[in-house]
Amino acid sequence: MSTAEAPAEAAPDRGTPAVQLTGITKRFPGVVANSDVNLTVAAGEVHAICGENGAGKSTLMKILYGMQPPDEGEIEINGEPIKLRNPQDAIKAGIGMVHQHFMLADNLTVGENVFLGAEALHGIGRAARARLAELSRQTGLNADANTLLEELGVADRQRVEIVKVLYRGAKIIILDEPTAVLVPQEVDALFDTVRSMKAQGYTFLFISHKLDEVRAIADTVTVIRRGTTVGTADPKTITSRQLAEMMVGSELPSPETRESTVTERAVLRLTGLTLRAEGSDRNALDDITFTVHAGEVLGIAGVEGNGQTELVETIMGMRKASGGKIELVDGDGKARDLTKAGTLARREAGIGYIAEDRTRHSLLLTQPLWANRILGYQTRPPVSKGQLLDIAGAREDTARIVREYDVRTPGIDVPAAALSGGNQQKLIVGRELSGEPVLLIASHPTRGVDVGAQALIWEQLRQARAAGLAVLLISADLDELIGLSDTIRVMLRGRLVSEADPATVTPQELGSAMTGAEEGEDQ
Amino acid sequence: MTSWRTKLLPPLLAIVFAVLLSAIALIISGADPLDAYGTMIGQMFKGSTSVDTVNLATVYYLSGLAVAIGFQMNLFNIGVEGQYRFAAVVAAIAGGALKLPPVIHTVVILLVAVLAGAAYASIPAVLKVTRGVSEVISTIMLNAIVAGIIAFLINADQFGVQTGNNIGTRIIEPSGRIPGIPIGQGTLFGFVFIAALIGVAYWFMLNRTRFGFELKASGESTTAAAAGGVNAKKMTLIAMLLSGGVAGLVAMPELLGRDYNYGITSTQMYGFTGIAVALLGRNHPGGIALGALLWAFLDTSAVSLEQIHVSKEIATIMQGIIVLSVVVAYEIVRRADLAAEQRRVGRALAANGRKSASVADGGAV
Repeated sequence: MSTAEAPAEAAPDRGTPAVQLTGITKRFPGVVANSDVNLTVAAGEVHAICGENGAGKSTLMKILYGMQPPDEGEIEINGEPIKLRNPQDAIKAGIGMVHQHFMLADNLTVGENVFLGAEALHGIGRAARARLAELSRQTGLNADANTLLEELGVADRQRVEIVKVLYRGAKIIILDEPTAVLVPQEVDALFDTVRSMKAQGYTFLFISHKLDEVRAIADTVTVIRRGTTVGTADPKTITSRQLAEMMVGSELPSPETRESTVTERAVLRLTGLTLRAEGSDRNALDDITFTVHAGEVLGIAGVEGNGQTELVETIMGMRKASGGKIELVDGDGKARDLTKAGTLARREAGIGYIAEDRTRHSLLLTQPLWANRILGYQTRPPVSKGQLLDIAGAREDTARIVREYDVRTPGIDVPAAALSGGNQQKLIVGRELSGEPVLLIASHPTRGVDVGAQALIWEQLRQARAAGLAVLLISADLDELIGLSDTIRVMLRGRLVSEADPATVTPQELGSAMTGAEEGEDQ
Repeated sequence: MTSWRTKLLPPLLAIVFAVLLSAIALIISGADPLDAYGTMIGQMFKGSTSVDTVNLATVYYLSGLAVAIGFQMNLFNIGVEGQYRFAAVVAAIAGGALKLPPVIHTVVILLVAVLAGAAYASIPAVLKVTRGVSEVISTIMLNAIVAGIIAFLINADQFGVQTGNNIGTRIIEPSGRIPGIPIGQGTLFGFVFIAALIGVAYWFMLNRTRFGFELKASGESTTAAAAGGVNAKKMTLIAMLLSGGVAGLVAMPELLGRDYNYGITSTQMYGFTGIAVALLGRNHPGGIALGALLWAFLDTSAVSLEQIHVSKEIATIMQGIIVLSVVVAYEIVRRADLAAEQRRVGRALAANGRKSASVADGGAV
């Protein structure tokens, strides 16, 4: 019962940190997700954890929430060393987590969602309802306990999640990318809630990679890069530029060392490409027009969810365009209209595809590496002879990719799932560059891979570009975009809104263009 | 090494487990398990039981293959039952009506059976591809409908012939039959060899052809297959038709090797047994063959249990336990193996990885 009374207790002294992580290391097969992470969160503050996708934020939070045990290192909560074996331990220690994807049941009421699994605290009767009403007041949740969850909007559902962790006695609340699902006004409302709760003594860990939000809400910010903490700063005094530099570090590709290989020869031409969104009158893609030339890397910048995925999948033929034209121009300058072609025909025409989610779209996880070499190339030599597979050829070519692309594996018969993310990605990059592509679509090509694999993939992309390959690059890593691209287009709400020169643009300028700050609100 | 363990260990464990569990069931029912098992095995050497077992296994094998083709791409073709019975009655009518030279007559009957099975499977296939109707629902309904179709077709007003109390299709002339091989007191179906050939063809299609690769890829990950240029709808359609085509052959060993006509008393339920056999054999042609033999053995030897006053339903219990344990055992071994493989890869690379990791390690110490 002591956990239930926790919110009523006085906050620990300023002196004792609410959370202290020391030397946390977590290894997964073939990759180190966190190494030597040190983090100190003072009681009663909003502490932002900042880092690119794949930097190791979520692994760290899973460790703190008891979902994964660390291999090394110590966790102290309110000055007490503690071992968190599972989320129940973390809840007992007063840690609550609000997941990015809500863990709520739509067909239950607000009350049922909150009480479910926590009946032992206040039962499900009057006492429970009184506590729920009190917490609703604190968090600004304006919903009756008997409202069905499916009737609530996203912002209110998030509040229900917060109430849920508070109900279980959480004093330290992890918010995992809480703003990803909210519109700007809801973000402001959420921040108001967080500020008022902070005043009541709650501690927040705020996970984000959006610098402006971090600067708006956080008292302290800790930056994670490549699995380790690189530093802690005061967001009130640090500039966005300094923060961005901390996030991406010094191992950026340096644009000035490369000469342009862009030619005049168009390879991919999109004209007025439009895609209607399912279940909405808004267009997921709205009048997209651009050309990628041979030897050119065209980078698409944008906050995730602004149509980049749809753009890639429409070019690959996995979604059917509602309007516009997709043309691929061959070496002789003859344009081929691919708008109606299937995915296989587009691949055969010479499009290589590095998908953003490699386990969902690029790999057959239980199949051996050589079978994965065949995927997408099942009609072409060296892995296929007409209707028959050429297994010897596939094995030989897989061995070549493993060699040339430095895929760390004991052999080509291991299932793809056994490799680390970086090695899986090297295999995919090798495969997609092996089919003599004229155009490569690279969607987040280095997301979640280790530094070594990232350098290798970048180098391979540069070499292919120098050899005349046209590349369409989509990335959330702004420095990767700036470093690799010859041209950058910014995508916002399904439209290409502006263009940037990677030689002169800064991540900050790109960042504000991505959020539409320059364009103004057009909705 | 690992792969052999993955393939053989689960079914062996499952069978041992099933034997032990059935022994408990036997003891509860008041029988001596050793006596019961001994009687079942002893029955194999009596009369024509072993030949009957292989004959029945042939039927189960075809049914299992038909189901397995669907399983390869996550299609649950429960309709093998309906498809094989529809094909059987259509092929029997065609075979009885035609007068053709030997061999050609047989080939025509088999072709009709395959086409009829595929045609009956095309209904759920088209519904699934165009309207998204679950093949499970539509095939169950078509299984129910097929009884009515058969009753209608073998009615004396249509194509049926009344012999005594039995109504069936016209008897197929000897030119259309497949001769058997007399062994001891029984006759082995000549169709055994055709079934084996179909098994080889199934293996070849799955492992050596582009179509088989696309089928397996769609089954493993629809998203990855789509990104790799596999047309999911086309694959669904073809897989369902192939499954139905093979299902069409299920009744042929008995029709062309023993019964020569299809009537109201002809056997049923082979389609459902096929599901169990495909699960048992993990969709592998060799595994399905072993599963079919085991299943047929339990069916044919169960009769002998009555000699020692044990209910023969104990064999049904064993069949059920075996399927359940095989499914569970495979899943356990599969997960353990994947984890072991990941650890092995991690260890194998530790020597390489050490170099870059040591910096971090050194920093941490």
